Amino acid sequence: MAVTPLLEIRGIDKSFGPVQVLHDVGLSVFPGEVTALVGDNGAGKSTLVKCISGIYTIDAGTVTFEGREVTIHTPRDAAALGIEVVYQDLALCDNLDIVQNMFLGREKTRGITLDEPTMEQMAGETLAGLSVRTVKSLRQLVASLSGGQRQTVAIAKAVLWNSRLVILDEPTAALGVAQTAQVLELVRRLADNGLGVVLISHNMNDVFAVSDRIAALYLGRLAAQVKATDVTHAQIVELITAGRSGDLGLPPEKPSDYVDITPGDEQ
Amino acid sequence: MSTTTTTTAGGVRVAKPTVASHVHDYWGRVRGGDIGSLPAILGLIVLCLIFGIARETFFSAINFANLFSQGAAVIFIAMGLVFVLLLGEIDLSAGFASGVCGAVMAVLLTDHGWQWYTAIPAAMVTGLVIGFTLGLLVAKVGIPSFVVTLAAFLAFQGVLLLLLSGGTNVSIRDSFVLALANKNMSVWLSWVLAIVAVAGFAVAQFVRVRGRAARGLASDPLGVVVGRIAVLAIVVFIAVAILTQERSINPAVISVKGVPIVAPIIAVALVVWTFVLSRTRYGRHVYAVGGNTEAARRAGIPVDRIRISVFVICSFMAAIGGILAASRANSVDPNSGGSNVLLYAVGAAVIGGTSLFGGKGRMIDAVIGGAVIAVIDNGMGLMGFSAGTKFIVTGLILLVAAGVDALSRRRAAATGNR
Repeated sequence: MAVTPLLEIRGIDKSFGPVQVLHDVGLSVFPGEVTALVGDNGAGKSTLVKCISGIYTIDAGTVTFEGREVTIHTPRDAAALGIEVVYQDLALCDNLDIVQNMFLGREKTRGITLDEPTMEQMAGETLAGLSVRTVKSLRQLVASLSGGQRQTVAIAKAVLWNSRLVILDEPTAALGVAQTAQVLELVRRLADNGLGVVLISHNMNDVFAVSDRIAALYLGRLAAQVKATDVTHAQIVELITAGRSGDLGLPPEKPSDYVDITPGDEQ
Repeated sequence: MSTTTTTTAGGVRVAKPTVASHVHDYWGRVRGGDIGSLPAILGLIVLCLIFGIARETFFSAINFANLFSQGAAVIFIAMGLVFVLLLGEIDLSAGFASGVCGAVMAVLLTDHGWQWYTAIPAAMVTGLVIGFTLGLLVAKVGIPSFVVTLAAFLAFQGVLLLLLSGGTNVSIRDSFVLALANKNMSVWLSWVLAIVAVAGFAVAQFVRVRGRAARGLASDPLGVVVGRIAVLAIVVFIAVAILTQERSINPAVISVKGVPIVAPIIAVALVVWTFVLSRTRYGRHVYAVGGNTEAARRAGIPVDRIRISVFVICSFMAAIGGILAASRANSVDPNSGGSNVLLYAVGAAVIGGTSLFGGKGRMIDAVIGGAVIAVIDNGMGLMGFSAGTKFIVTGLILLVAAGVDALSRRRAAATGNR
């Protein structure tokens, strides 16, 4: 690939006390592409995202953003680089309207007063740039929006700030069929607009529908990062559940490496 | 609904608002559970009619003027409480905080010979210190506000007793302080202020609409804007016309006319805090923390500082309420700010439409709710009901208001407005 990755992480380790959650994880995200991050519960997806977005600090490894090595200590550092995270639970205020939510914490002001017209204009332009035309009014309370519209607002909030990399944590988890399609279309459009997109998802259909690359995490290790066109549905499921699929993925583990402490039968 | 659309804000097409669509939208919000001050305004009208029919004196100019000074202290404390309630917190100590601040002023004036221009700021600073302490305990130590302020409720009662050296009544003789709640503005000043206020509101409204229209944003239709200004003008001018009537029982001895001084003081506080809540970044953050604390934290809003600040504002407003109460009573006694003051203030805020669950409420709620409380207290007094009956009725009305709040929340949840 001639293009330099937007975000490249190498050898990330992260432990919480005695528990090592991430082992030597590497990941590349390219601009204009959707990189799906998949893995079973507890595989370390959320931890990895929190390391990238500055909520957790990494124990070892390097983060390279646009070819420069960077250190991200706080969410503010991540935001300054142009990394925005759209959380699963949305983080929107129901009692505020669309514009107020999109500018929450970063309101435009003129003197001491809020510059509402400018904010409304910028919000409108951002939504229009994402081809969102389903809201009745930008001054609608977020409480009155459907799940898909709320997710749209959350995503639009993330791209408003000239962000370069948008990380979406399970954006379609709570949505219906039509709304899921709407949000996936939006995700695709983000990438088409030249942003790097990381999509965390459990849903293989969603993953294959929009992603260019798929990175599978297995027990805190990166099993494989592959092009979506090179693999099948079943191979990804194998990577998620077993960590390898044919010649893809982690080397076969030696039973002596692990001590089984799982109570009861494995699910 | 109008079919005309306007392209606004970078190409998002929205329905062009008309007077009809505006009314339709408002009705939709009310049906959807976002009722705001509507029940309080309707209740106020009904109460006024009942008392007016039962007792002619209720509608007399002298009684109308009385309502302002009777309601002022409660309205000020309620204004402060709106901030605390917006975060879903409560300040049970606001009543006695007002008593303590009033006592600080009275003791400094009477026992220490201070002037009003030092004693009043001293009382206000006392309020700020009280609020900061309460806020620190709630936000940084993490004690629930209910417990912190319940403890403070008891403690301030003790402080008040100590300040008044075991329960003596400290009378106030400073003419400036006494004038605050008891004197009226001259007739011409009353009219000038009324006209300035209405004109100021009109200018602010038109500037806003023009500013939005110039940017190509959807703005309120002209009919709605003019209607809003007309309603304010009618209410203000009728009130001023009544208040500038001679209302002395014996005009030959002493003339009493003009708008009570507390009215513009309330109006200024209303305008200032409404501006802070709706037009500044700080106000936006207060709503955000009240609506979804976690979202506010992730957006980089200093949640703890916001939490402390609302307690500071609440106690500061309670201090002003305490000063006005002391002025009206000409004295401070160990029960100042006690008995029904706090419950009336919480009642005023909630009856006016501020939610106990946080995130919803406006400054005008405190004034409208305070007016309801003042009318009940005043009207039932005129009809000769005992204090006991008044407390029961006020308690029931607070319960009804809180019930309306809870039910409208459920309705809003059912219709997807929350």
